[in-house]
Amino acid sequence: MSEATTHDAHDHHDHGPAKGLMRWVTTTNHKDIGTLYLLFSLLMFFIGGAMAMVIRAELFEPGMQVVNPHFFNQMTTNHALIMIFGAVMPAFVGLANWLIPMMIGAPDMALPRMNNWSFWILPFAFTMMLSTIFMDGGAPAAGWTIYPPLVLQTGDAFPFMIFAIHMMGISSVMGAINVIATILNMRAPGMTLMKMPLFVWTWLITAYLLIAVMPVLAGAVTMLLTDKYFGTSFFTAAGGGDPVMYQHIFWFFGHPEVYILILPAFGIVSQIIPTFARKPLFGYSSMVYASASIAFLSFIVWAHHMFTVGMPVAGELFFMYATMLIAVPTGVKVFNWVSTMWKGSMTFETPMLFALGFVVLFTIGGFSGLMLAIAPSDFQYHDTYFVVAHFHYVLVTGAIFAIMGAAYYWLPKWTGHMYNETLGKWHFWLSTITVNILFFPQHFLGLAGMPRRIPDYSVQFAEFNMISSIGGFAFGLSQLLFAYIVISTIRGGAKATDKVWDGAEGLEWTLSSPPPYHSFSEAPEVK
Amino acid sequence: MSQNKSVWLHRALLGGAMLLGAGGAVAEYGLNMTQGVTEVSGEVYRLHMLIFYICCAIAVVVFGAMFYSIWKHRKSVGAQAANFHESTTVEIIWTIVPFAILISMAIPATKALINLEDTSDPDMTIKVTGYQWMWHYDYADEGVSFFSRLDEKSNAARQMNSGIDPASVEDYLLNVDNRLVLPAGKKVRFLITANDVIHSWWVPSLGWKKDAIPGYINEAWTKVEQPGVYRGQCAELCGKDHGFMPIVVEVMEQGAYDAWVAAQKATAQNDSPVATVVAAAN
Ligand code: HEM
Ligand SMILES: [Cu+2]
Ligand SMILES: [Cu+2]
Repeated sequence: MSEATTHDAHDHHDHGPAKGLMRWVTTTNHKDIGTLYLLFSLLMFFIGGAMAMVIRAELFEPGMQVVNPHFFNQMTTNHALIMIFGAVMPAFVGLANWLIPMMIGAPDMALPRMNNWSFWILPFAFTMMLSTIFMDGGAPAAGWTIYPPLVLQTGDAFPFMIFAIHMMGISSVMGAINVIATILNMRAPGMTLMKMPLFVWTWLITAYLLIAVMPVLAGAVTMLLTDKYFGTSFFTAAGGGDPVMYQHIFWFFGHPEVYILILPAFGIVSQIIPTFARKPLFGYSSMVYASASIAFLSFIVWAHHMFTVGMPVAGELFFMYATMLIAVPTGVKVFNWVSTMWKGSMTFETPMLFALGFVVLFTIGGFSGLMLAIAPSDFQYHDTYFVVAHFHYVLVTGAIFAIMGAAYYWLPKWTGHMYNETLGKWHFWLSTITVNILFFPQHFLGLAGMPRRIPDYSVQFAEFNMISSIGGFAFGLSQLLFAYIVISTIRGGAKATDKVWDGAEGLEWTLSSPPPYHSFSEAPEVK
Repeated sequence: MSQNKSVWLHRALLGGAMLLGAGGAVAEYGLNMTQGVTEVSGEVYRLHMLIFYICCAIAVVVFGAMFYSIWKHRKSVGAQAANFHESTTVEIIWTIVPFAILISMAIPATKALINLEDTSDPDMTIKVTGYQWMWHYDYADEGVSFFSRLDEKSNAARQMNSGIDPASVEDYLLNVDNRLVLPAGKKVRFLITANDVIHSWWVPSLGWKKDAIPGYINEAWTKVEQPGVYRGQCAELCGKDHGFMPIVVEVMEQGAYDAWVAAQKATAQNDSPVATVVAAAN
């Protein structure tokens, strides 16, 4: 490919990074930017996690002890926004930056300057977002879904929140454009679309989803802004507007968004399992088609978040059927992963443990999703802890377990050092046990009738809340071990081989560990 | 399936899954959705259990295959990796079979949904309005209307570091000053709306919740045969006191209900409770 072969001629003769802090500020290198994204994501994971600890502390027992109800709502709102936009999405973009060029045989991302910009927007966006906690009226407290009219009661924080969301959206869209441009233009000769690793495929699809829906979110929050400050009434009934229209627009963004948060995880798991089963991925092409169908269906199921708003029965039926349908391609993926393990020769290093944990626990989240799809039952489940349990199974033991698995899997490649396997296994088992103590009882709480987003509850819910909080504190503490393992692996450790895992397949494993600053200056030949 | 057997089965499944090892303690706490007290809530419960058992069955097959494979196809027991990686037949089977299962699930769900939304031919109508942070009930045909708020004892105990043990308060956070009273055996239609932000009116025993949205009037219905007191809460985040606007429904025999209505009308003539509550709320 011409970019790759002419690359040297264009180069600035520096084949290593600049020195000092400016290396990170001005970098256009996909690996440096990937590292920035991943470290930023880790930081946000701990900030969002600290908010979760406040939530679980208040819910430890009945009565109000730790924070007042308004601050509690600020915590739930910001916890979710930070985890979704600050932890999970940047982690995936960081992985895309590191891995896509190495997996498709390219020297770097297609648009390196934009890449720098899309990262450096984020620290400013989140600083602004977090600073709202100190403003008059506090941080936004209307839930991450920021429904009007409630969100219009936000104090000084309101325009800052909207601006922060715009910046996050711009960053995501630029990241997505970069991914698409890289994948479509920079593949090594012979790397046809249907030979691309699944991680690349799922990211390509995710990038299209991002470009399609982030502007929708931007439109929705801009309408909120004009409703509050410029006298419009898009969502205000008294002025002829419609508060339910906001929900339709938000969830038209929101449901594809939840797949943005899981498709790259599907890709990661599809890389890890074949390596440790020492057997090629079962049903590669059906995995690609399943991802594409999930992406398509994700645009026509949004109102399953709104079964209780009073839609016409025909509408409720349509969204119920479409949502049930999405379980089919999701199921196909799980069946393919299990078949990949079948008759393999499996070993259980930490990345594989996280991938297996993902398959089991994500599937449990899928089951509760299927239950939520049944509209009449959702009239009971909706806005209870059952929903909270559902989305934490798919997001924590789904998206975040996959991200952690990815970190263990590729860290030796990135740093040139092996992580400590014993500690990694400890981290996995501690996380898996505590995360279930944290979230499994929340199914029971929801079924027994505990609404979500409440700071205090009736005493019948006391036992399971206490169990859940204990699990929460323990899960939070276990993650310090993860930070320790990552940092100590960056600093040193046993030398990693180029291939790292004996079952690993793919171009990234043909590079040295750590790989050269510019991944493939010569395009590799793909058979 | 007999009642006992199904209760046993779901306890075993839920309890077994919860990894707490405290099987005895499990039975004491609410673990599962209520069957409720209406035909609709029973139907919703049965759908919930049906889809739950379907999920359990799929889980047994999928996780069974996976753990079998983890056990038998390990390198440490000398497993050699096979090299198969495709089978169109298998892919078609595991697309069609789940699809068929889902259709069998969609049929009863559709029936239940249509019944749930059928608000035609009510015996009476009550208008429910959500406020930050209380409910207002309006018996349009009777000329009776009043606000319903968190009871005093709960309200005192829920203050920051109140020193009052919530366990010592009867029905902590689930009690109100004025209950919504309904006659037994009558189809009651609710017209649900809100005055400020979105709320959601939810009593689990009735089997549904419905959002209360400013500018919208949503319809819902219930018919409770059994007199009794049924409790619920606001289910849509509506600001700082969202957790503190419960709902209490008291279902009475027709005679008692008529007496209650008459008493309400009498007090309404003497001193208007609506006016005083509104004044207090402002
Ligand atoms: C089998 C696939 C899935 C189905 C059928 C499904 C279905 C549903 C339904 C019906 C709801 C609405 C529940 C309610 O509010 O009453 C819901 C909520 C949610 N789901 Fe899923 N889901 C699936 C997979 C996922 C995945 C993969 C993710 C993300 C990784 C996800 C994330 C969420 C989130 C975040 C919410 C809650 C949003 C909120 O109200 O704050 N779900 N799901
Ligand atoms: Cu959704
Ligand atoms: Cu509320």
